[in-house]
Amino acid sequence: MKGHVISQLSALEAESIHIFREVAAEMERPCLLFSGGKDSIVMLHVARKAFAPSPIPFPVMHVDTGLNFAEVIAYRDRWAAQLGLRLVVASVQDAIERGVVKEEPNGSRNRIQTPVLLEAAAREKFDALFGGGRRDEEKARAKERVFSFRDEFGQWDPKNQRPEIWSLYNGRVFSGESIRVFPLSNWTELDIWSYIDAKNIEIPSLYLAAQREVVERDGMLYAVNQFVSLKAGETSRKMSVRYRTMGDANLTAAVESYADTVAKVVEEIAAARMTERGATRGDDKVSEAAMEDRKREGYF
Amino acid sequence: MEVDLLRFATAGSVDDGKSTLIGRLLFDSKSLFSDQLESVERVSRERGHEYTDLSLLTDGLRAEREQGITIDVAYRYFSTPRRKFIIADTPGHIQYTRNMVTGASTADVALVLVDARKGMTEQSRRHAFIATLLGVPHMVVCVNKMDLVDWSEEVFEGIRREFTEFASRLRLRDLTFIPLSALSGDNVVTRSTNMPWFDGAPLLSHLERLHVASDRNLVDVRFPVQYVVRPQSHEQRDYRGYAGTIASGVLKPGDRIRALPAGLETEIASVETAGGPVSEAYPPMAVTITLKDEIDISRGDMLCRPNNVPLVMQDIDAQVCWMDESAPLTTEKTYAIKHTTRWARAVVKQIDYRIDINTLHRVEGVHGLALNEIGRIHLRSTKPLFVDPYLANRQTGAFILVDESTNRTVAAGMIVRESAG
Repeated sequence: MKGHVISQLSALEAESIHIFREVAAEMERPCLLFSGGKDSIVMLHVARKAFAPSPIPFPVMHVDTGLNFAEVIAYRDRWAAQLGLRLVVASVQDAIERGVVKEEPNGSRNRIQTPVLLEAAAREKFDALFGGGRRDEEKARAKERVFSFRDEFGQWDPKNQRPEIWSLYNGRVFSGESIRVFPLSNWTELDIWSYIDAKNIEIPSLYLAAQREVVERDGMLYAVNQFVSLKAGETSRKMSVRYRTMGDANLTAAVESYADTVAKVVEEIAAARMTERGATRGDDKVSEAAMEDRKREGYF
Repeated sequence: MEVDLLRFATAGSVDDGKSTLIGRLLFDSKSLFSDQLESVERVSRERGHEYTDLSLLTDGLRAEREQGITIDVAYRYFSTPRRKFIIADTPGHIQYTRNMVTGASTADVALVLVDARKGMTEQSRRHAFIATLLGVPHMVVCVNKMDLVDWSEEVFEGIRREFTEFASRLRLRDLTFIPLSALSGDNVVTRSTNMPWFDGAPLLSHLERLHVASDRNLVDVRFPVQYVVRPQSHEQRDYRGYAGTIASGVLKPGDRIRALPAGLETEIASVETAGGPVSEAYPPMAVTITLKDEIDISRGDMLCRPNNVPLVMQDIDAQVCWMDESAPLTTEKTYAIKHTTRWARAVVKQIDYRIDINTLHRVEGVHGLALNEIGRIHLRSTKPLFVDPYLANRQTGAFILVDESTNRTVAAGMIVRESAG
């Protein structure tokens, strides 16, 4: 097996680099969705390698729900500035104030992100948006292409996807249509963490375990913060927890963990028995087809 | 030891126990999560099934769950301490040849499931044929449901004989047979005690040990230029790097290279990867190459060795699988063609024959290819392509056709040698 074999992480990285270059070469106005979450952090890191020593040849965009963890927003701003990238912020709060979208009764801004994303993408005339989605996350994602065609309304039609053969990607679109591109399609959660560990990539500290004030709701642990306050009858306690995903601060639960270094997180993920969305995302529990429905509407 | 990557494709219907087999591999390798399993158990109960329907794990779309069918290729992941596996899981019905072709296109191994009670079927023949057509280097025939034939060696040997006879008509390089029971787990991850007569390895050990490094073409240097890196900064004003993924061969600094189509020659100055400069690079690495002399090279050009160049041609013979339901392949229509990183346009001049994928017979005198049909065609491209026969090179032997009026990918093409050069 020696010689001329590369490790699986190198193979995944090479595949992602190939995808970045293909899009940069063929699409008119690509943009990378960067939230400061771990998948988008890895995506940005790989994108930087794809074009080195040139800077990344496209801007980054974040759909800011207004409910994000402050540390993650700070991370986002710092990295965009450090890499000299233009950062487009599409604000959900602003869209609510303009009456473009309406706040949902359950407090989730997950669904109403979509019109805000589509509006900003149309304004900027982006014809390709890189997203950090992975096929191991969810059943609908498992069947989505690397180059995922979206019609002029940003909609995904799962029954009408372009065949994707070899690595011969077809990004051709007519005016107004676009593609969503998922360079990390074949990575798993464990791969993401192993890569962060191997490349020593800086991440927001919320991903690492620390003693935090938490309250238990519906079997999930929510940290008490500016978006989550105790309701009548609830009590909080101090626990060692970390976040597996970075969604909205009011709806993203933490998991009990003592993994206070990336290496320990890798070990913990390797032994994990719950998917990250099942364990921590209140917004995915709505229905069996929650993700598929959101994707059809133009969600990532 | 570093963990490497193996991609395999499975095809088959629920009846073959394919979903059960995948569920077993995921479960026994601890890649199935408790919330996934709970959700499947809950839905199975709601539907009144007596057993846990593992196909619910792979059928992700609403229409699939409603109709109880699998529509599309689903990708699954699991790993062992030796390897990470990517499964391209495709449905087996005849109308889904398109998906099988997609799944097989990047696979190192094809798993063909055969129900021990039924023996070889048209479907298993079709899977074997498509895997061979797409140049999948290894095939494993899983003779499943051995528990239902009393673990009979005779039944297994009968299927092995029949399949081997059929396979002699295909160009298969490596064919392995494993008797197993996905339901009970015999010979999937652990060796079966019910079949002491079988001295081969269980499926997972076989997949873990399969030697795939030698499947890659390390002889013919082919580097399709994907992207030209030219920093617009003052310090690196003279830097010009050619970025791309190595299709085949081994590249080293100091090697003489020829750039096509210009035909100019120079020497490789450096090979850079994401991790820094390297002394050699090989597929599937993504690298950036700098050259000794400045020559005019752009995306779609091909770097190779001066004494080993691909065929430069506009007249191409190929096997194609038609993938579009809206219109059949027709002659005298112009399509867009993508080959490596090069786009051109191409006219289908002639359809030599269609292949009946059940009998492997050639059907001549056809005037079109409909969805899921496979045939041999001759096409002419608007500019030269730098090609190798697909059998020798899965990267430079492959192309797709795109319908310019819809932008849909309509065909997968595999170049064959006997070209009218």
